[in-house]
Amino acid sequence: MPSTAAGLLQVGVLVAALAAVYRPFGDYMARVYSGTRHSRVERVIYRLARVDPASEQRWSTYAFGVLGFSFVGIVFLYVLQRVQSVLPFDYDRGNVPEGIAFNTAVSFVTNTNWQSYVPETVMGHAVQLVGLTVQNFVSAAVGMAVAVALVRGFTRQRTDRLGNFWVDLVRGTIRVLLPVAFVFAIVLVALGVVMSFRSGVDVDGQTVAIAPVASQEVIKELGTNGGGVLNANSAHPFENPNGWTNLVEVFLILVIPVCLTRTFGTLVGDRRQGYVLIGVMGVLWSAMLTVVWVAEAHGLRPLEGKELRFGIPSSALFANTTTATSTGAVNSMHDSYTGLGGGATLLNMLFGEMTPGGVGTGLYSILVMAVIAMFLAGLMVGRTPEYLGKKLGRREVTAAAVSILAMPTVLLIGAGVTALLPSTPGYLNNSGEHGLTEILYAYASASNNNGSAFAGITATSDWFQASLGVCMALGRIVPIVAVLCLAGSLAAQRATPATAGTLPTTGPLFASVLGGSVVLVAALTFVPALALGPIAEALL
Amino acid sequence: MTTTEERTRHAPDRPAPRRAPSSAFGPRQLIAALPDALRKFHPRHQLRNPVLCVVWVGSALVTVFAAADPSTFTVAVALWLWLTVLFANLAEAVAEGRGKAQADSLRRVKEDTVAHLTDGRTVPGAELAVGDLVVVVAGETIPGDGDVVEGIATVDESAITGESAPVVRESGGDRSAVTGGTTVLSDRIVVRITTRPGESFVDRMIALVEGARRQKTPNEIALTILLSTLTIIFMLAVVALQPFAVHSGGEQSVIVLTALLVCLIPTTIGALLSAIGIAGMDRLVRRNVLATSGKAVEAAGDIDTLLLDKTGTITWGNRRATAFVPAPGTPLDRLVDAARLASLADGTPEGRSVVELCVTAHGRSAEATDDEKTGEFVPFTAQTRMSGVDLHGRRVRKGAASAFELDETTRGVVDGISARGGTPLVVAEDDVVLGVIELSDVVKPGMRERFAELRAMGIRTVMVTGDNPLTARAIAAEAGVDDFLAEARPEDKLALIRREQEGGKLVAMTGDGTNDAPALAQADVGVAMNTGTSAAKEAGNMVDLDSDPTKLIEVVRIGKQLLITRGALTTFSVANDLAKYFAILPAMFAAIYPQLDALNVMHLASPKSAILSAVVFNALVIVALIPLALRGVRYRPAGAAALLRRNLLVYGVGGVIAPFAGIWLIDLLVRLVPGIG
Repeated sequence: MPSTAAGLLQVGVLVAALAAVYRPFGDYMARVYSGTRHSRVERVIYRLARVDPASEQRWSTYAFGVLGFSFVGIVFLYVLQRVQSVLPFDYDRGNVPEGIAFNTAVSFVTNTNWQSYVPETVMGHAVQLVGLTVQNFVSAAVGMAVAVALVRGFTRQRTDRLGNFWVDLVRGTIRVLLPVAFVFAIVLVALGVVMSFRSGVDVDGQTVAIAPVASQEVIKELGTNGGGVLNANSAHPFENPNGWTNLVEVFLILVIPVCLTRTFGTLVGDRRQGYVLIGVMGVLWSAMLTVVWVAEAHGLRPLEGKELRFGIPSSALFANTTTATSTGAVNSMHDSYTGLGGGATLLNMLFGEMTPGGVGTGLYSILVMAVIAMFLAGLMVGRTPEYLGKKLGRREVTAAAVSILAMPTVLLIGAGVTALLPSTPGYLNNSGEHGLTEILYAYASASNNNGSAFAGITATSDWFQASLGVCMALGRIVPIVAVLCLAGSLAAQRATPATAGTLPTTGPLFASVLGGSVVLVAALTFVPALALGPIAEALL
Repeated sequence: MTTTEERTRHAPDRPAPRRAPSSAFGPRQLIAALPDALRKFHPRHQLRNPVLCVVWVGSALVTVFAAADPSTFTVAVALWLWLTVLFANLAEAVAEGRGKAQADSLRRVKEDTVAHLTDGRTVPGAELAVGDLVVVVAGETIPGDGDVVEGIATVDESAITGESAPVVRESGGDRSAVTGGTTVLSDRIVVRITTRPGESFVDRMIALVEGARRQKTPNEIALTILLSTLTIIFMLAVVALQPFAVHSGGEQSVIVLTALLVCLIPTTIGALLSAIGIAGMDRLVRRNVLATSGKAVEAAGDIDTLLLDKTGTITWGNRRATAFVPAPGTPLDRLVDAARLASLADGTPEGRSVVELCVTAHGRSAEATDDEKTGEFVPFTAQTRMSGVDLHGRRVRKGAASAFELDETTRGVVDGISARGGTPLVVAEDDVVLGVIELSDVVKPGMRERFAELRAMGIRTVMVTGDNPLTARAIAAEAGVDDFLAEARPEDKLALIRREQEGGKLVAMTGDGTNDAPALAQADVGVAMNTGTSAAKEAGNMVDLDSDPTKLIEVVRIGKQLLITRGALTTFSVANDLAKYFAILPAMFAAIYPQLDALNVMHLASPKSAILSAVVFNALVIVALIPLALRGVRYRPAGAAALLRRNLLVYGVGGVIAPFAGIWLIDLLVRLVPGIG
């Protein structure tokens, strides 16, 4: 079969599979977060953690829970890496150095999964399983909890309560992530993904590292984490052995962000509100996929940096999906892409990770964008702007603005300082426009909690470890606090009933305003920087 | 609630006589506003506007660098950046200037008045205290706002309302409020002062039209936050650009970076924002409506439910005879003659309308013959519930249906009229029923269209009336209102407002009586009639000097127009940036990466001319849009989606295209300047 037809068939199967699970899985998640009953396991956890699952929290308490949980997670993960030598299954890989340990701890807790280390030689199975994999689950559940709290801000009226963070965290982990991960880990093993506690196998006299891959691979994709057990990530035949696993992995990456729009529609009581979001996400995702695909297919060296087992279409599909979802797993090296294709993967991140974005983070990011878009659009119809019946006043606009400002701020400051450092060129594979693209990509990846590596940059110096770590932390925490603050002020309002004067937020008009805002905000912010990087490359 | 003729005297669309229609915007206004605009260069003033503050600092910075390295290009950029600030100041000054003229004419009203207190003291008007009782006789000016507590007088209020016909003010009832600065034309009244000097109606009006104590409205604050956010984003983008440029081997000058920054931040809307707000208030004042705050005007744009009194607002207020229905076996002529006879001496509006109908529809004479004048008039009493005339032993009567014995057919006619919302008057001679006169509440022309317009805006109208539900339903259907509240007492009105607000709706109403005050205060937008009591005026957040209750529709329109203008100009401002990127980025970086010259789609002559053209366009577009900011964008009632589509097309797409053309044209001129092209 010609590769283009095969590629289109893959996309068709992917879309059909997502469409098939969209309703049942989306509605299931809506029930998970709105139900009042607790399972036996959950009750045991609440008792052990001394959490009263019936008590609801203010936005500030909810935010405090997120921050506290993340902080403890970072400290635990840091310590775990630093004492690796006393842990089992460490294969004498020794304690992880401070710089890597800090960067990795922040990276996995913030759902970024930027990896400044080679897993096969640095991380033992214990840190992988007890530390990194646990964070792969809970950091994803945190994102979903924050998204659900924001949705409650829209659905609730005249209350200061947004739900209980601990309950949302536990339910997301136990009722959504664990069961799906369990099923698909078995699927992946069946399709040939490695699952072993040995350190390596001998192949023709050469030792090739192996690990319990399948169990981590599944949550790496499902939780839009992206941190590989093996250095080559999803380009490695043990992580991603064939076309079928490639497709399953792309499906796993997309399934929660996509279906959460259904959850949103169901929770707000108007499913069309969710359809319009997935519509905007889908159009932008498809458009960018087309750009990457066409750019790579017509590039000078089309297969350079790409895994031959997958070819152009599957590489483009994976690259576009991983950068549009804050996952960061890779099955090909984006650094080797054409100026346009690589620039497109960079732009996917610069959109702010909402096409469809990470688990939970994608939903809350696009809702924040909707607040900003509706503020302007609402003015233009002559009413105090409102979205889903809630007025958008000073507090709402401020919170949304802070949430949107965080990413460009840390990205541009980080990348700007790095560009000025005299030592920087030594860490880059390339000079000139491609070198700048490498810097921009690294900071876009960290600030957006994507974690994908452009490769071509050696990010192991103290400056990179520290600055990228700070970008990951601020790029995650500032928007979360702002989003919860937004949720708090929305929940305190009473709903305004829709009239003929209310701007409908379900049709193509709203969709184009929202999609236009996503593109416009990214373009206005980053075009000057992109002009010196990917745009200059693409025009060459 | 009053049902005065005074109110009906004002046709809904009567233009305000004194406040001339807004004069066209021209160069003369710009020159007149120049001194004020220059005064606004003071940093303290600039701090209030974050966007312009950045431009101000940028201009200063560029001036320093231009002084260090003077060339045609650097000096020109510095000059045009300062002009950008000047044009922004000018926009605000022009808007304020339009109010100043009105304020001056009002100040003349306030000129020293003397107050004669009832205890014999005479004090200057400025020293009156609340509660003082003041005697005002014919020819004197009323020294302060208050209520008439004794007497009745005609008052000339033209200084305030622009209406030259004198009005009657009397103690008690709903026409007791007088305004300081108006003149008593006849008789003597005693006024109890209700406001402190300096806080009177005229003072408030002066402050309002001058924009002196203008505070930012909630929506303006929210928009300012959004504009500040955009400014911060662009500052980051431009500041971070220098390291990237250095990394790429093409360091940029501070002048060029500042020029880029000023072009990108939303200077257009930033410059016009306060002018839009001032002009919105000004438009309201020109329609003779005074708002206590800009917040109230914005709220008017959000109104979901409008409560309108039936009497005087939706209907003319007086029931008029519209048909005669004779009893079985009675000729129509006999009924008409009897009805005319019974009504000739009846001075009530209903009685006059019966005679009128006899004249217009049946060719009878309006004047009583000498013979008819000999008849003895029998007035209406609550006991008899009828009135009429005794003439030559004939007892001709008309009155309520319940006062007569009716046969089956006539009973049917009476019920039918009631069901239609009319009032049946039965006519009888010597206790023999001759037939029925139908009196109807006549709905003012054009009301149905206005309500349809409101519905298109998303506003539900509720008619409030003291009529019974049957009558109310009929009139509601005829006028085309969405709902009605029948047999309404003031407390019912208040309850209705609360109920609507409980459901998240914003409610507007008009009122004039003291018993309207609680409802006026509860409503989100309460428009008090100037003819009303001071209690009502205090409770509402707007006063309509024309006392025209349908004015609310105008107020809603102005509120919406205000928000739309802000949104449209913000969109325009942001949309402009695309073209500016195409102009400036290739100019900055084509030296490092020649392939970027492909982005120079406007084929601008040189990097210098490209940057300068963008800066010049950015400044000139402010001046070009001042008239739009003052006038407000066109608003036609339509559904929200249709409005958005239109405004996006005009100001979004237009905002993308306009600067491409503008910068290209300016470049054609700029390239001729030596040292630039």
